[in-house]
Amino acid sequence: MEFVVILISAILVNNFVLSRFLGICPFLGVSKQVETALGMGMAVTFVMTLSSIITYIIHHLVLVNLKIEYLQTIAFILVIAALVQFVEMFVKKASPSLYQALGVYLPLITTNCAVLGLAILNIQEEYTLLKTITHAVGASLGFTLAIVLFAGIRERLALADVPESLRGFPIALITAGLMAIAFLGFTGLV
Amino acid sequence: MSLLKTFKNGIINENPVFVQLLGMCPTLAVTTTATDGMGMGLATTSVLIGSNLVISLLRKVIPDKIRIPAFVVIIASFVTLIDMFMHAYAISLYNSLGLFIPLIVVNCLILGRAESFASKNKPVQSIFDGLGMGLGFTLALTILGIVREVLGVGSVFGIQLFGAAFKPAIVMILPPGAFLALGVLIGTLNWFKNKKAKNA
Repeated sequence: MEFVVILISAILVNNFVLSRFLGICPFLGVSKQVETALGMGMAVTFVMTLSSIITYIIHHLVLVNLKIEYLQTIAFILVIAALVQFVEMFVKKASPSLYQALGVYLPLITTNCAVLGLAILNIQEEYTLLKTITHAVGASLGFTLAIVLFAGIRERLALADVPESLRGFPIALITAGLMAIAFLGFTGLV
Repeated sequence: MSLLKTFKNGIINENPVFVQLLGMCPTLAVTTTATDGMGMGLATTSVLIGSNLVISLLRKVIPDKIRIPAFVVIIASFVTLIDMFMHAYAISLYNSLGLFIPLIVVNCLILGRAESFASKNKPVQSIFDGLGMGLGFTLALTILGIVREVLGVGSVFGIQLFGAAFKPAIVMILPPGAFLALGVLIGTLNWFKNKKAKNA
């Protein structure tokens, strides 16, 4: 039951993008088409799940044992950067077509604050390894859900007659605001 | 480019938030009050000045191929310093900014300046660039914080502006308010710019 609560809360109630403001850059940058948005969501899901597991192990086996928890930020960002690099090499070797589809977005996942934010949140909430994995899966599904829905709206918005000064970025932000209001409706669900 | 021009460039012409649209996560997340927005801006400014200076000093030593990881480690060290400093001297700000202090590391503004300015320019210029960009970021966050605090709570920097009859729009301090406020602010700036361009 506890796991279901963590999962639902990470997907809907505390949606990473629309309520915690993590991962806004790819959310606004890679959301012009549903297909690329889905690709981005899947790449982030993969990196977020793996990095949560690895940072959990590093935190508990290395940082806590050596009493150097204050180096958390430096250690985690290095782990994430190395992991993204590794994933990039692996995807390039294993599936060149997926690598082509993701393009420049893959290395950019390093500076996606959702990945580092998730790793730090897991430690702060003192989750066990299983809960960490559940939280990671929920958070990345929430990210994917938000970015795909948003891309769907933006595809239609491209055809709309928007006032000149609001074109592009401002109208995208206002759209995201309306989506965030909709997601507010989930407050109190769990 | 003169130092003053570098400095002004960051605050107005290439304002990180309103023009370059960098560092969106902290911009949206911590601007529920003017104080938080300003605190976040100043913390980011200190990290930016420090990282710009060190990266500029080391720009001939760092091999080109591993420059990004090297930059990230330098930035992360400064963030850790600021994190501890704020924990010791500004505990209430530290608590309200919370998760977003360590996340200064992944603020694309800082890595962006390291890559596009500090790794190519002399230390003194890099400091001024960091100062200009940082203050531009602080200015944007403070403006957004003021707008949201006035509409959402009816106060500025914690000082009540209106009488008890004022009913604040709570939505402005909730997540949707951040998106709406920033969207409308950038839209208004664009409107002024378009008007100026048409008159000229």
